[in-house]
Amino acid sequence: MRISPTKFISLLFLVLSVFYLYTAYNIQVFAFDENAPFNARTFPIYLGWAGIILSSLKIILPEKVTTEVNHKHLDYKSIIYLIIISLIYAAVILKIGYFISTSLFLFASYYFLGERRWGLMFILSFPFVAAFMYLLHGLLNIYLRDPFLKYIGVMG
Amino acid sequence: MIEGILIGLSTALSLTNILMVMVGCFAGTIIGMLPGLGPMTAIALMIPITYGFDPSTGLILMAGVYYGAVFGGSTSSILLNAPGIPGTVATAFDGYPMAQQGKAGKALAIAAYSSFAGGTISAIFLLVAAPSLSKVSLAFRSPDYFALMILGLTAISAFSSKGQFLKAMMMVVLGLMLATVGQDSLSDITRFTFNNMNLTDGISFVLIVMATFAMSEALTIIFRGKDPNRAAKQISLTELGSIKVNKEETIKMAKTIPRSSILGFLIGVLPGAGATIASFLAYGMERNYVNEEEKQKFGKGSVHGLSAPETANNAACSGSFVPLLTLGIPGSGTTAVMLGALLGFGIQPGPRLYQTNPEIFWSVIMSMYIGMVVLLILNLPLIPYIARILAVPRNYLIPLILFFSVTGIYLMSFNNFDIFLMIGIAVVATFLRLYDFPMPPLILAFVLGGLMEETLRRSLLISDGSPNFLWDRPITLIILLITITIVGWQIFSTFRKKN
Repeated sequence: MRISPTKFISLLFLVLSVFYLYTAYNIQVFAFDENAPFNARTFPIYLGWAGIILSSLKIILPEKVTTEVNHKHLDYKSIIYLIIISLIYAAVILKIGYFISTSLFLFASYYFLGERRWGLMFILSFPFVAAFMYLLHGLLNIYLRDPFLKYIGVMG
Repeated sequence: MIEGILIGLSTALSLTNILMVMVGCFAGTIIGMLPGLGPMTAIALMIPITYGFDPSTGLILMAGVYYGAVFGGSTSSILLNAPGIPGTVATAFDGYPMAQQGKAGKALAIAAYSSFAGGTISAIFLLVAAPSLSKVSLAFRSPDYFALMILGLTAISAFSSKGQFLKAMMMVVLGLMLATVGQDSLSDITRFTFNNMNLTDGISFVLIVMATFAMSEALTIIFRGKDPNRAAKQISLTELGSIKVNKEETIKMAKTIPRSSILGFLIGVLPGAGATIASFLAYGMERNYVNEEEKQKFGKGSVHGLSAPETANNAACSGSFVPLLTLGIPGSGTTAVMLGALLGFGIQPGPRLYQTNPEIFWSVIMSMYIGMVVLLILNLPLIPYIARILAVPRNYLIPLILFFSVTGIYLMSFNNFDIFLMIGIAVVATFLRLYDFPMPPLILAFVLGGLMEETLRRSLLISDGSPNFLWDRPITLIILLITITIVGWQIFSTFRKKN
């Protein structure tokens, strides 16, 4: 039997709802609140049941409108590269600072999306981020934490 | 009211705020023009910029972005037959054929004049209706608010689901579930944090918007291999033609604009219904109004057919501010984003906003009108040049959207857990979008989650745990009956399709 992707997503949602409901029942409330008409558990319990009912209906009822996705036309390679670059960016942003990590992220993203005009790639990464930081920090007075630039004395 | 208008005018006409309307309209036009990126993305990307502003300025900027994005969406509909936002799909029906006939400039001008007129008329309606409705909504109690939120969430699911109501309702529940993460507002008990300190304060609204809209839309564009700029080279080479509108066309527009404005405004006020439904209904209504000869021109470049949806979608944008400003309950995904931004400024919109922060209430209304003028006098002549933004290749566009998204979150928390969380949610949202699980219901539910729990708590405590509060008050009962009708209609239409 082949299960449609929509029903598979609904099944995952059902599992999530069951887990959510189980966690909701285990929320520790104050002893005096235990039998109150409403406590920290009440709303999540309603939501857990709502999730279970809706996802079950979606799984059980026949699909009137099917969503067809042609996987051959999906660009998995680019999206995986982009997600990996984003994860690396998130991992290093605090260590090497906003300026360098963001500039490198932009440069790498342009490259992996197929861009090879090096001059333009450079301008739209390092000087672009510097200008953006100046706009935020210098003109709009929005604090932008960058330990590296602070260390070399560029930022106060 | 006159005093309020003057307060609003003095705030909206300050140099900074005029500049913000202009920047907002301009930025919104550019972002809205790019197929796949709508007003929600445009507003979300602007949120980090507004951190340093006072609330009125921030809101004025976002209102400008909203109108600009709707206007920009019409431009790509007319020039590329690729609507930037769903609200401008109907614009392409007659706008694109007109452009194919070498009258692209004229089509853009008709769209701009209609948008201006629709937006202006509905801003006047808003000016009159909002204060009166604010007074009426002071009579609302917790059960009424709870019922109203249920209605809003049901309505947005019904209208945004493309016939897949259950999927949209699942997204509503998911949004509400995400809203329960963190400390309970009354007892301070932490829920669903799994001992992670980063989740104690809950998931940030900006993070959810950036992940489900800005970042996920960017990833979807890459994933689907769509190139929003493929046809852009043709635009920069194509002569757009004159933007002058002749007397006959002006008369046609003058007939269409008033009725489409009223319809658009009323549809915009309804919770869940927005520019998309307003534009389609206005198109259909106009087709029924015109004579047989004009009817034949629909779909082939009719002035009525272009003017009606353009008027209605802008009128609906102003209309959608009514529930936000008077009840504090957004009626659409876009106004939900604006509500989240307002809450970030420490302002709770609602009936008391009119009394507690009159400068915000009135300046937003006045800035709408200024925004319309800016769009007409600034953007229309610049359209041939702005349209060239479509020539920016996606290789540059997508990383820049990701960069703005990450920066927005980094500025807020300065920790990388939030960035990881945003990437995770964006990836899930991208797959959900692929299978037509709509995101606006999730956003609306996430924004309303806290308020919904609060009103349910009060209602249940007052009624001592009994569900009687659902039918004790006539207003609550009427609102719930409307909700049941919407659900019933969805079930009926599902079975009708089956048979």
